[in-house]
Amino acid sequence: MVGIYSYGVYIPRYRIKVPEIARVWGANADDITRGLGVFEKSVPDLDEDTATIAVEAARAALRRRKIDTGAIGAVYVGSESHPYAVKPTACTVGEAIGATPNMTAADYEFACKAGTAGLQTCMGLVRSKMIPFGIAIGADVAQGAPGDALEYTAAAGGAAFVVGEGETIADINRTCSFTTDTPDFWRREGQSYPRHGGRFTGDPGYFKHVQGAARLMFDAMGTGPKDYDYAVFHQPNAKFPQRVAKMLGFTDAQIRPGLVVPKLGNTYSGSSMIGLAATLDVAKPDERIFVTSFGSGAGSDAFDITVTDVIESEAFDRAAAPAVEKLLANPIYLDYALYAKHKGKIVMQK
Amino acid sequence: MRDVAVIGVGCTEFGEHWSTSFRDLFVTAGALALEDAGISGEKIDALYVGNMSAGRFVEQEHIGALIADYAGLASNHVPSTRVEAACASGGLAFRQAVISVASGMEDIVVAAGVEKMTDVGTGASVDMLASAADREWEGFAGATFPGLYAMIANDYMHRYPLTREQLAAVAVKNHENGAKNPIAQFRNRITIDTVLSSSMVADPLRLFDCSPITDGAAAVVVVPLERAREFTDSPVRVLASAQASDTIALHDRRDISTLDATVAAGKRAFAQAGLAQKDIDLVEVHDCFTIAEICAIEDLGFCKKGEAGRLTAEGATALNGDIPVNTSGGLKACGHPVGATGIKQICEVVTQLRGDAGARQVDAEIGMTHNVGGTGATVVVHILGA
Repeated sequence: MVGIYSYGVYIPRYRIKVPEIARVWGANADDITRGLGVFEKSVPDLDEDTATIAVEAARAALRRRKIDTGAIGAVYVGSESHPYAVKPTACTVGEAIGATPNMTAADYEFACKAGTAGLQTCMGLVRSKMIPFGIAIGADVAQGAPGDALEYTAAAGGAAFVVGEGETIADINRTCSFTTDTPDFWRREGQSYPRHGGRFTGDPGYFKHVQGAARLMFDAMGTGPKDYDYAVFHQPNAKFPQRVAKMLGFTDAQIRPGLVVPKLGNTYSGSSMIGLAATLDVAKPDERIFVTSFGSGAGSDAFDITVTDVIESEAFDRAAAPAVEKLLANPIYLDYALYAKHKGKIVMQK
Repeated sequence: MRDVAVIGVGCTEFGEHWSTSFRDLFVTAGALALEDAGISGEKIDALYVGNMSAGRFVEQEHIGALIADYAGLASNHVPSTRVEAACASGGLAFRQAVISVASGMEDIVVAAGVEKMTDVGTGASVDMLASAADREWEGFAGATFPGLYAMIANDYMHRYPLTREQLAAVAVKNHENGAKNPIAQFRNRITIDTVLSSSMVADPLRLFDCSPITDGAAAVVVVPLERAREFTDSPVRVLASAQASDTIALHDRRDISTLDATVAAGKRAFAQAGLAQKDIDLVEVHDCFTIAEICAIEDLGFCKKGEAGRLTAEGATALNGDIPVNTSGGLKACGHPVGATGIKQICEVVTQLRGDAGARQVDAEIGMTHNVGGTGATVVVHILGA
């Protein structure tokens, strides 16, 4: 069966605490922390961008499993913050991991779900035997305008998944998607920061699409929440995934391992994929994982995944790359001034 | 002057209607009102539509004609007039309909109110609402409506013995009533602590002191009382229709803790109806903020200045109290689609007087509505009787 051959995550070590951002904008830190359920967010270093994060995540995946990089026939990088408008991040990643030149590559954009769209593309190519392996990456140095609600959560990080057939660490039993034209969040060409429809991003955006894809999956597989050991949802804040999990009938215990947003923030295209990675960090053979991403604009991709015994075999070395929990430990905290410098929010000359 | 009666009411659910347009909201409410009245559209002689700011909320002006068109009345060439008095637009539209019928000019008239507020972001919405205040002297200086009502609250709490908890009791009571109203935006019960621990908006007003941003529409049908029995066995009479104005800017008022236009409109209404406060069985007041309900109860004369907070906390304004206030849940819990609110108040009082209010029913024969534009620059008061 087609599935996940390996996975890797990269999260920059810098953090800023939500109350520090609130201090600068004169907002009530307790209200914001309580409202979002997010306490701090990751911040890229001065020389980190989506390309470096994607490369680090892909390298972490390849450290965990020996894969002939020449057999990697596709690299897809999903992001809202590709360094170039024209020039693919995916080629940089392909070159850095030694997968070039016999490969196809493309950058994807579908707000926060472009990474899982890449995962679906890789599944199709592998299943149709066009390529032996493909890598799908979701990575972002997420943008949030100064003072905007997004600034409290927009974080940096990414996850890479190597898709193959046969000796997978986790089979992807099925994927299905729920997509509509819903303008809940957008960034036009040339704009530095995304805009959003406030509360419109909630019910008509996130909740409609996540539930839509999830219920399609339940119907297709004849399953319900109780059939899964874990559930992972896109996590723009802690409240949305907790609420949608409850609406669908999942328990707090099922989403806990994959709920990384309180100490990470929203890594946009990386969000649900890092959540899945954190779940794979602790999952055991035969355990079943339900994943639903969300991208504004809007759509959700759902995945029904079963962990195989390969995850604990000699073929795979989970400890060869740091677990998400470890990547979140020992952060270096920045104040708002250094954060602004790291994020390029200080314009020196124009 | 002819006596006037309400023969039909209709209201959409109030809330965030993400997939319903401005015109669909109106058509829905209008159809409900006509169905309730048991009449068809071609019998309508005129339409009066309360709407504050469709030009900015949905970039649509010429609302009168639009609504007549989408109500299917364009080919009948029915006169249709948009009425605007900020948040009192609905109440004023009803008053125009009443005047029209009372004068003998028109017989079967629909008064409606509609607002679609969620097509814009919160910041834009707050700015549009601020246009109901004095843009040059208040808006340009940074004042928003929460800010202006916070000034009223601060002045009031400095001069009268109103506690923060008593102010919160207004919101608690209105959510309790909203929980029993199937069209209310918020049907959840809250506690004093919910209000006191909510986000600060403009000191001392917190999030749960403020009415929400809402989409919704409401419509009523009025006819001469002498013809009302042709359509219904339970017409509701319009016993008084009063309106008053005041300075548009808060700082020009004699006293910012008393809405003199409410006092004036209330007195005129009581005089017209030949009634006193003790005769009123329920009142829908304009609680855009909790402090506004406190002021309204007093300025309409239901108690002395400085007493409304204590009476609210004691339950005097609850459904089973001496004078039930905002049985619909008020603007706070039922929601506040600004142009529709005044008509919704009429719908609520009519529903109560007919005995159709279900779990929130009170024992009532005479009810009052109080609709405010801005910080009290326009006030419209009606008294209705079963």
